[in-house]
Amino acid sequence: MPLMLALVLEQTLNGLQYGVMLFLMAAGLTLIFGIMNLVNLAHGSLYMVGAYLATAFAERTGSFVLGVALALPATLLVGVVVEVVALRTLYERDHLDQVLATFGLILFFNELIAIVWGRAAIFTSVPPFLSGHFRVLPGLPYPTYRAVIILVGGAVAVLLWALVTHTRLGMRIRAGASNRTMIAALGVDIRLLYTLVFGLGAALAGLAGAMAGPLYSVQPGMGESILIQVFVVIVIGGIGSIRGAIVGALVVGMADTLGRAFLKPVLATMISPPAADKAGPALASMSIYLLMAAVLFFRPEGLFPARSRS
Amino acid sequence: MAPSRRTLVLAAGGVALALVPPIAALTNQPFYLDLFRRMMIFAIAAVSLDLILGYGGMVSFGHAAYLGIGAYAVGIPAYHGLQNGWLQWGLAIAASALIALVIGAISLRTSGVSFIMITLAFAQMLYYLGISLETYGGDNGMRLAARSRFGGIVDLRDPAVFYYVVLAILVLFLALGSRLVESRFGMAVRAAKSNEARARAIGFSPLPYKLTAFVIAGGGGGLAGALLANQTEYLTPDFMHWTRSGEIMFMVILGGMGTLFGPVIGAVALLLLEDVLSALTAHWQIILGPILVLVVLFAKRGLFGLLVGETRDG
Amino acid sequence: MAETLLSIRGLTKRFGGLLASDRIDLDVVLGETHAIIGPNGAGKTTLIGQLAGDLWPDAGAIRFGDHDVTRLDAPHRARHGLARSFQVTSVFRDFSALDNVALAVQAHRGSSFRFWRPARADATLRDPARAALQSVGLEARAEVRAANLAHGEQRQLEIAMALATEPSLLLLDEPVAGMGLEESQRMVRFLSTLKRRITIVLVEHDMDAVFTLADRISVMVYGRIIATGTPPEIRGNDEVRRAYLGEDQV
Repeated sequence: MPLMLALVLEQTLNGLQYGVMLFLMAAGLTLIFGIMNLVNLAHGSLYMVGAYLATAFAERTGSFVLGVALALPATLLVGVVVEVVALRTLYERDHLDQVLATFGLILFFNELIAIVWGRAAIFTSVPPFLSGHFRVLPGLPYPTYRAVIILVGGAVAVLLWALVTHTRLGMRIRAGASNRTMIAALGVDIRLLYTLVFGLGAALAGLAGAMAGPLYSVQPGMGESILIQVFVVIVIGGIGSIRGAIVGALVVGMADTLGRAFLKPVLATMISPPAADKAGPALASMSIYLLMAAVLFFRPEGLFPARSRS
Repeated sequence: MAPSRRTLVLAAGGVALALVPPIAALTNQPFYLDLFRRMMIFAIAAVSLDLILGYGGMVSFGHAAYLGIGAYAVGIPAYHGLQNGWLQWGLAIAASALIALVIGAISLRTSGVSFIMITLAFAQMLYYLGISLETYGGDNGMRLAARSRFGGIVDLRDPAVFYYVVLAILVLFLALGSRLVESRFGMAVRAAKSNEARARAIGFSPLPYKLTAFVIAGGGGGLAGALLANQTEYLTPDFMHWTRSGEIMFMVILGGMGTLFGPVIGAVALLLLEDVLSALTAHWQIILGPILVLVVLFAKRGLFGLLVGETRDG
Repeated sequence: MAETLLSIRGLTKRFGGLLASDRIDLDVVLGETHAIIGPNGAGKTTLIGQLAGDLWPDAGAIRFGDHDVTRLDAPHRARHGLARSFQVTSVFRDFSALDNVALAVQAHRGSSFRFWRPARADATLRDPARAALQSVGLEARAEVRAANLAHGEQRQLEIAMALATEPSLLLLDEPVAGMGLEESQRMVRFLSTLKRRITIVLVEHDMDAVFTLADRISVMVYGRIIATGTPPEIRGNDEVRRAYLGEDQV
């Protein structure tokens, strides 16, 4: 396989893998926005909690897989506690209050993690049985761990899709995303539904965090940088829509990864290399936001909004 | 005619601020001059945010971006030997206003949750842009070559002179802002916030007014950024970090949304609080976080309202 | 031949499977007071929404004077001379009654990019506003915060705001809803004084108000207009009696 093609394919797979991480965060968050109309800035904190708990459990049990498996319900529990204790009062409040209160929660969580584990980044390594490469195609070896992430993400997407389209809970979720007051009027236990949705979102964020450990640095504040990209995903995909989250995550994941990898060399063919050297990384880091701006210009409500235009 | 409680509070505040440099000199505590100057600079940023947040109802979570733009509008020319303050500060205001125009034109097509996320995302984009500017320090930032020069009219290297320049700008900003919110334009913006459907029904198209307010606020943030760069004599992309946007928003809430003068108190209060807490422990944010949550839940009226005994914007 | 001010042709609006407006045709004559009545769920609110500019129809057209306003948004329709009141009273709650009407005057004048002079000191806004408040009988309450006005007074305020924009068409969505007997009679008397000077389209459930005010009545059922005519004609219409008025009510 020619080198250029292999490089492009590898980066495409990386884009897919990053898109999966974004999707896991976006799926829960878009439902929370859509159904509970809650702006939750602290979603990134759940990602961070998942990462730290997975690392801690892995150290205790000696098994990476067990670490991830335990981190999931633990993060879900943390999410439910946060929802019951702090967030319930915010549902009736306006968005400004929600933004500020969850901002306060972020500061709290970041500092809590820093107290327990310190501010320095923790490094977890890929477990031996998942390290190494495997041959996706002849001439294209790909890190096994990243491939596993893609598969896990795909499986979760399918499961979520099945949940949302084929179960009663899923039907309530879709109805809620489309018209909140209606499901309350229909007698669905709102509080329980909200807690379930929030717990689901927390578990997904925790899964993303747990899998992220070996790949990205685990440190206080790690949740916020990915969170803002997750916002971009949701804005592009449309609030309240799982389908939008999938499409948005793939688009953003690809754009960001491919942009970082190829924008500079592509630019260098068009303008002088020193200029490309400066402009390349700058444009790459801005690429997903420019993409967001472009989508919003034509469709302010996103690509697949749960609520229809009037 | 006896002055109202409001006038007295404002007058007292103004006098207190004016007296800081002589008192600092007398007590030989230059640190306080520096601290209050910093507070006033953030007060300008907070007041500019109040224009769109308190009066316009636009929850913009990316206001710190304009401080960053203003700061770099001073830092980059200075790096290249252009020390002229008029040029730098003019550029700071113009650049922030222009970028606010672009960001606002896109963001104001949405509302609610989307608007908050989009303004946050754009600010983050500018933050990453700042980091990618290797020539200007990248994510470490860079030292300001020298404070802005105003050709002999004022010398910002003198701490007290710089202090009074900032105070004058703050007072001017508040005066202009007061006229603005009571003008026809201000009323249109406030009407759109109070009841958008009603505003539309009588014939207001909210977008042009909101966008104009957004641009004005951006310009104000840019000026604050130019002042901040001179204050710290160092600028980094961190000026634009989204947590800074959150802090400025808190200053507005803490001081009193939609009061214009409240955010000044809010800036003073929040920076004092951070100062006190960080002296107590390195982990001060774990205390500040819950305090902020409690303020939002229980004390939203703001300090200015409490001092003056008024309800906020109507 | 009387001039038509508002002309609706083939207006259709669907919400999913629900046909809320079913090829509605309606002409409103200049200077008339035209009531639209019908049972709940008939689609009156949807019709008002499309006339006011809150919703856009899936098909059909609305002509207002010389203009096709079908796809114009609400602010533009207001500037063309269409004023409205809301089914659930909608005013600027934190502003005084006078401020509310002054804002309507300001919107009508169209010059809101003024940044310096205080609007509250502007006589060109305040004087017409006071006059409008006086015409609805609220001048004594001018300085009261709108949120503190009684329900009926808030409704009067809405009318004052509508009048302040010097409209050619007044769209009233249940103007006497939630009012006691005396209040609604006062409102009806007031609205009568507006007849002829302004064209009025009103949606109402209160039959006393409707039969007192209306020159013509249109009856809506299941998204269609089943009859249009003068009050006696409507009273005598069998289909209408069956569908809406009920045999024993007239």
